[in-house]
Amino acid sequence: MPEDRSTLTRDEVAHLARLARLAVTEDELDLFAGQLDVILGAVARIGDVAAADIQPTSHAVPLQNVLRPDAVAPCLPRDAVLAGAPAVEDDRFRVPQILGEEE
Amino acid sequence: MTELFELSAADTAASIAAGDVSAVEVAQAHLTRISATDADVQAFLHVNTEGALAAARAVDDRRQAGEPLGPLAGVPLAMKDVVVTKGLPTTSGSKILQGWIPPYDATITRRVLDAGIVMLGKTNMDEFAMGSSTENSAYQVTRNPWDLSRVPGGSSGGSSAAVAAFQAPLSIGTDTGGSIRQPAAVTGIVGHKPTYGAVSRYGLIAFSSSLDQAGPFGRTVEDAALLHQVLAGHDPMDSTSIPQPGPDVVTAAREGARADLSGVRVGIVTELTGAGGGYQAGVLASFRDAVALLQSLGAEIVEVSCPHFDYALAAYYLIAPSEASSNLARFDSVRYGLRAGDNGSHSLEEVMSLTREQGFGAEVKRRIMIGTYALSSGYYDAYYGQAQKVRTLIAADFASAFDQADVLVSPTSPFVAFGVGERVADPMAMYVNDLCTLPASLAGTPAISVPCGLSEETGPALPVGLQIMAPAMADDRCYRVGAAFEAAYVAANGQILTGAPRLGSVGAGADASRTMTTGADASRTMTTGADGAAR
Repeated sequence: MPEDRSTLTRDEVAHLARLARLAVTEDELDLFAGQLDVILGAVARIGDVAAADIQPTSHAVPLQNVLRPDAVAPCLPRDAVLAGAPAVEDDRFRVPQILGEEE
Repeated sequence: MTELFELSAADTAASIAAGDVSAVEVAQAHLTRISATDADVQAFLHVNTEGALAAARAVDDRRQAGEPLGPLAGVPLAMKDVVVTKGLPTTSGSKILQGWIPPYDATITRRVLDAGIVMLGKTNMDEFAMGSSTENSAYQVTRNPWDLSRVPGGSSGGSSAAVAAFQAPLSIGTDTGGSIRQPAAVTGIVGHKPTYGAVSRYGLIAFSSSLDQAGPFGRTVEDAALLHQVLAGHDPMDSTSIPQPGPDVVTAAREGARADLSGVRVGIVTELTGAGGGYQAGVLASFRDAVALLQSLGAEIVEVSCPHFDYALAAYYLIAPSEASSNLARFDSVRYGLRAGDNGSHSLEEVMSLTREQGFGAEVKRRIMIGTYALSSGYYDAYYGQAQKVRTLIAADFASAFDQADVLVSPTSPFVAFGVGERVADPMAMYVNDLCTLPASLAGTPAISVPCGLSEETGPALPVGLQIMAPAMADDRCYRVGAAFEAAYVAANGQILTGAPRLGSVGAGADASRTMTTGADASRTMTTGADGAAR
């Protein structure tokens, strides 16, 4: 599939930005559409490798079932964590409204 | 007279342990050095003056009380800003974390502090470690001490520049695709990427979780080994941490310093020696000299082929952005960092998007979008899944190469340090910096960069790095061969950093011509030269 990848359009970049929660500007859309297309073109050759029967790798020393003792340990103090939050109310993270007006 | 800041970490620790100098004097000497040079180099985002002096006093008190000191007690260190430090600002080079003070320490921060190492401050980096020049920092452009118009490599460029500029004998970097090795190479110092899983990732601000690995910088192989020994070890807080002890790299470095490589098989990787990729002639010439030197120490040189290394760049620039797009989803404007556009009418989703638009730089946005694309339904198998399979093939190439050779060597980077601004407009021109370092990143295997020569191809003499790669869990081989090479190189040519301009000497402005090169930003170095601060 990557070999016959078509050119990335401005609308597709806008869609990606929405999926990634990035409010990109109009100028950025133009810039990124070109740049992302060049990058995707360069990485598309990954599809040239015949790897159908190959297992994926994510660690040099494969580990399985990594567990540690289920022991109770102190967590970070609430106030220390909230001190780094952009907005706090009643000892909780304050969050903007979750639903838009039409919803 | 040798200044305190010129000593190796090993000699600094020995002087403190012997009572020849106090840890406070050592810390003060480095803080003064930072004051004298960092307006030019701009390695530090935050200097921890009070904390460093307090830590040094604690070491002096323990010594006075007759308590045993560790092998690096009282030695100053610069910490890359991707590593969280309780009570000290930590930004990962991003505006989205400006002003954040972490409520906890990374495991490696704890290990450093418990060893009595004196943390001088936090160093500049490409935003979220995405880059090869440190120009993607949201805060400042760090300069290469060899030539202030050039970059110090990246993403750990603040850490490499700090050690090369004698602001600290040791520093910590992180390496995802080459971010320790390439900055070490272009600043003329030693940098090691450990086996993936050897050093805990708990408390590193994650970029690409299956690739990120922290490791040491030093001016000598032994210094890097001493710091490696402090950092490495199993950590139950990191599920990818290897639950066995690693090799004794300090002993390996000291044995290597005898410069005898009899019986050691050194493999040259055909795919990393210049066909395509735009390797500079000066880099290849230094590399050939380095191989000849290894041979003169008794090493047997063999040539090996690793055909899938040609796909490393493509695999890396799918895997790293994919994992980054997922990791960076945590910057959601709720729990820490920036919040933008919260005016009472915007929804959470809108606030999140506005925050990320304002808080992330261009390269971070590019990688998040590439990752979002590569992970999206219908593309996952063809991109991320395929790239993880190619990793297996690259690891298999390494395995068969290590049947024929004990270590593999290559140039660390195809290029010497390039000019500030030279490659920022073209993402692919930046990405090819990682050509030689990516295979070991993808296979999770250890690799070290050791200075191996100077190239005058692009102007002033600039350092070239030799990369030495070893099998997983055999980091000791990198240190042994690296130390042997270093001993022989220094015996023949002297310490490579003695060839660098001496920064921070007052009244040395007459020599400013050394920093005036053909680089893109020569006007800036002329300015720094003219006020006498740089030489």
